[in-house]
Order: sequence, then structure tokens, then C-alpha cells
Amino acid sequence: MSAIHCHQLCKTFRQGEEVIIGLDHVDLDIQAGEFLCLSGPSGSGKTTLLNAIGGLDRPDSGEIHMGETRIDQLDRGALADIRLHHIGFVFQAYNLIPVLSAEENVEFVMQVQGVAAQERSRKARAILAEVGLEGLEDRRPAQLSGGQQQRVAVARAIVSQPDLVLADEPTANLDSHAAEHLMRLFVELNENHHVTFVIATHDKRVMSYARRLIKMQDGRIISDEPQ
Amino acid sequence: MNLHFTALLTLSWRNLWRNKRRTTIMLGAITVGVWAMIFMTALMRGMVDDMLNQGIRNLPGHIQVQHASFLDDPSVVNSIVEPDASMRKTLDELPGVNWATRIRVPAVIASERETRGINLIGIEVDAEAGLSGLPGLISAGRFLESDADEGIIVGARLLERLETGLGKRVVVTSQDPANNIRERGFRIVGIYRAKLPGLEEFNVYAARDTLQQLLRIDGRVSQLVFMGEDFRQVDPLRQRLRKLLPADLQIRTWYEIDSYLAPMYNMMDGFVLVWIIIIFLALSFGLVNTLVMAIFERVREIGLIQALGMRPALIVYQILLESLLLLLIGLGLGNLLALATIIPIQDGVDVSVVAEGMAMMGAGSILYPSLNLSDMLLANSVVILLGILTSTLPAWRAAKLDPVRALNSN
Repeated sequence: MSAIHCHQLCKTFRQGEEVIIGLDHVDLDIQAGEFLCLSGPSGSGKTTLLNAIGGLDRPDSGEIHMGETRIDQLDRGALADIRLHHIGFVFQAYNLIPVLSAEENVEFVMQVQGVAAQERSRKARAILAEVGLEGLEDRRPAQLSGGQQQRVAVARAIVSQPDLVLADEPTANLDSHAAEHLMRLFVELNENHHVTFVIATHDKRVMSYARRLIKMQDGRIISDEPQ
Repeated sequence: MNLHFTALLTLSWRNLWRNKRRTTIMLGAITVGVWAMIFMTALMRGMVDDMLNQGIRNLPGHIQVQHASFLDDPSVVNSIVEPDASMRKTLDELPGVNWATRIRVPAVIASERETRGINLIGIEVDAEAGLSGLPGLISAGRFLESDADEGIIVGARLLERLETGLGKRVVVTSQDPANNIRERGFRIVGIYRAKLPGLEEFNVYAARDTLQQLLRIDGRVSQLVFMGEDFRQVDPLRQRLRKLLPADLQIRTWYEIDSYLAPMYNMMDGFVLVWIIIIFLALSFGLVNTLVMAIFERVREIGLIQALGMRPALIVYQILLESLLLLLIGLGLGNLLALATIIPIQDGVDVSVVAEGMAMMGAGSILYPSLNLSDMLLANSVVILLGILTSTLPAWRAAKLDPVRALNSN
């Protein structure tokens, strides 16, 4: 069975009088352990598809299955639980909680999951070391560079070993060195921890790391090829 | 849930101090509001307690024991047998209780120029001091010296009405149990000034034995008057007296006797609640505004914690916890400020500048704040409960935010 199965997903948005097509009858299967990139120009539907898969947004029609669970019909609480236990998010704009330190940001998800304090701290420190932030655990986001903040966000996304990591333009605000470092980290996590990665990007450097590349345009998948 | 709570508590506490200036201003408002609730309530309570104490001392005492028909017809006919030596001993041994017998009859007092209707009160001279504090109110002349003293004590205001003076003679007329007119001349030996000036005009005091002789009621009195330690704790005393005294005697507490004092006392509780709620309403605007602003400033973060898997209910709890922390700190400071300002004036505040107004309300010119634990608890409970209630709407709205829109907001 696929890790993610999307069937005939449709989503439209209203902008004043204009109706914008976000997703247009999208069918997609993602297998566990895949490293997949969604590419396409702005407005092609990459982020809309990521949000739908992550349970952040509901499609107007169609079905989304995560394993055996149909998630497009779940209520907000149940969707929150799915995200908490199965999905890690990495956003373009880092999106860390500014009042928490790097370690506390990484611990936050585990805290909500109910992981005991000692284990939380141990895991958070280990994962921060793994992403190269050893010694910076107590710094708040404002005291970290953009690349460091993004690595904290990645650490937070993977610390509880989710089945799926959804990353939306994760390198958009990073310099080339930091972007390359981040992508190598993604690949390593994918290979060592078998985490499924779905990355929305129009950065060719990022696409070069993908083992499967899906191109989107006007809310449709126009090509789906292995790399 | 404990782990959730720790996460929410950390987040709430840090968020609270994100905008230090705004939080400090709001804390100041809560502190002053809570202080005003407790301080003003203590002053109002003190004033009402004073009014009640004055009223109780001047008129009914805490408990009166009398003939069952005395209230309907307070004449000498409805008198009772005064306690024998054995009963006196028993009553004297009641802890924390002062008591005395009194004769109370309607009478007429006449000077050379004027005649007035009065309450003629026959008192046990030694025991009365522990009840009404009458000896301390004597402004001219002397207090009665024995139960057989042949002098009379009148109020300053009545003295003016009678157009007479200290040392002059007046004639007091009343009836004996057989409805025969009884009259006798008394020399005015003392003038008193009551804290409730109205009483000066009507209450005239003479020695009990002298009045028993005048009214031909040897061994009988109108009532037994008891004064305990606290006017709020009269029911246990009544129960004890019920067991000690003959069953045909009527035992009534001050709140049953006085048609003015009891409603005033009961009204005070309602007034305190209304006062506290009014102050809270003023506070609530600031509180809601603070929360709305705090939420508005971090819409994106709320979207983030939703995306990370925090259930909407936990987001509501987190915002409410933030509000609760703000309220608790404000309450703590407000309570401390209230204590710090009330304790130094426990011995009384001189309000003689407005003495006439206070006297009209039946209170003295020294105001003693009365700090009640129950009033403090009420103020704290109202602030917490209504504070949480008014915070629910912003919290609920935060939880209802669409995560995608929230994440994309600037």
C-alpha cells in the first residue's frame, strides 16, 4: 500500500470575482521512503498539494489516504493528531517559535506528544548535533542565522521520526552553501532513517537530489518521472 | 496532560513577556483594579460594620429576650420576671457575653416649657457599660451611680427641645400594669451625645430599681439584652439561651428586631458583588484588548503550532493559560497592595471632615476598614472566573484560525 494516495484532488480559490484553480483532478501515489520533488512555476499548485497532503487544507473534492486512513474527511482535531504523530513540516520561512530556544523548539512537538522530559532533551540535543547545531541549543531563533534556523526547523520536523516530511521551498531563503548542506541532510535522513520526503521547489539544485520529480502546471501534474 | 500543561505553561509564560510594556501596563491596570475592589470594599464594610455596631449598641443589642407580646405592645404590661440569682450566675458565666436587664416603656417627659414623648429605659448601671457604652457618651454631668439612683440622663438634642438644662428637674409620666398614671420628678444628672443623633431625642435613661418602683413592677423587667463578641455570630448564642431560659420567652436576634439594620447588612453583600463586577468590567476591556492584540501579533505562530499538530482545544487552553497567568500576577500584586494600604489604617481613618454626612448614615467620624477574607476571595474569584470567561472568545477565535492562511499571514 502507498504511504500517500491522492485521487482526483480538486481545489479552487476565490480572489474577488476570479476563481483560481489550485488543484485540478490530481492523482498521486507516494511510496514509503521516497525522495520526491514537486516542481513548477509559482501558482502551479505545489504548495496547495503539500497543504492537502499534510491535512492543513481540505480539497474541494477527491480523496487523500495516508496508509489506510482517509484523511480528507477527518475533523480538525484528528488531522492535528495525524500531523503530530506522522508528519513533519519544513517551511520556506523557517517558522520557529521565537520565544523558545532552539532546543525547546525541537522539543515542542515531543512535549505535545507526551514524551518524557529526559528523553525529549536527549533526542533534541542529538538531532541538533546531527544537523550541525551542537552548542547552539540555548539560542533563540533571533540569535541564529537563516541557515541555522532552517536546520532547527528540520530538526523539529524529523526529531520524532515522522513517516513523512513535507518541505515547502526549504532552501528559498538560504545561500547556496547552506542550501546544499540542508539537502545533503535531507538525503542522509531519507537514506538512514527511511523518512519519506516530499519537497515543493523550483530550485534546480534541490531537484537534482530528488529520485522522483513531479512537474506541475495550472494545478495539474504534467510529468512524473524518476531521476 | 501534565506534559501538555508544561508545554503550554512555558509557551504562555514566554508569550506573556514578549511585549513587556503592554504586559506591564495591563498588570498595572489589574493590580489597581483589584486593589480598588478590596480597599474600597474594606472601607465600605468598615462603614457598614460601624453603622451596625452603633445601631446594635444603641438599640437592640445582639439578642433580646422578652415577653412574647412585647414587640406588638412594648408596654409595662408585657414585662417578664427578672432572672433569679441562680440564672444570673449561669448567664454571667457565658463566655464572651455581656448581658443586662432593661425596662423599656413609652413615657412623656415634661420640662417647664416643653413636653415630649420618649422611650424611658431603666438600666442596670454596672452591666449597661458592657452593652451600650453609655457611660462613655456622657458629655456633661455624670452617669448614674447605682440602680437606685434618682437622677435621669437625657440626650443633648432632647435637652434643646425641652429648653432645659443639666441639674434642672423634669417630670416623667407613664403607666403601671393596672393602667394607672404614674409620674415622678427627676433631676437631670447627665447629658449624653449619641453617635446616632436621632437617638438623643428619644432615649432617656434612668436607674432600673427607681423605674421598677415608679411603675410598680418590683422584680420584673421588659427585657434581657445580650451582647456577644460579633454581631455576625449571634445564632449559636441564641441556641444556648434557648436551652437556658423558660420556653415562653421570646428570643430574638438583632436582625429580626431591627427592620433597617438587617436589610442594610444583607444589601452590603450584594453591593460588594456589584462593585467588584463594575470594576472588573472596566478591566475586562483592557484584558480582551491585550489578548486580541497578542493573538493578532502572532497569527502566523498559531498557524505554525496548528501545523505541528496542536489540537484546537490545546490552543484555547494555551491562550486561556496566558490570560490566567496575567490575572494571577495582577491579583497577587493587587492583594499585596490592598494589604499594604489597609493594614496601616486598621486603627481608623479620621473622616471628621464629613462627620455630619457619616452621622446621617449612622456611622461615626472614625472609619475602621474591615478586611474580610470572604471579600478578598470574592474579588479574586470574580477576577479569575470572569477574566477566563472574557478571554474565551479571543482564545476560541485563535483556535478557529485557518492554518494555511495563518501561516501565510505577515
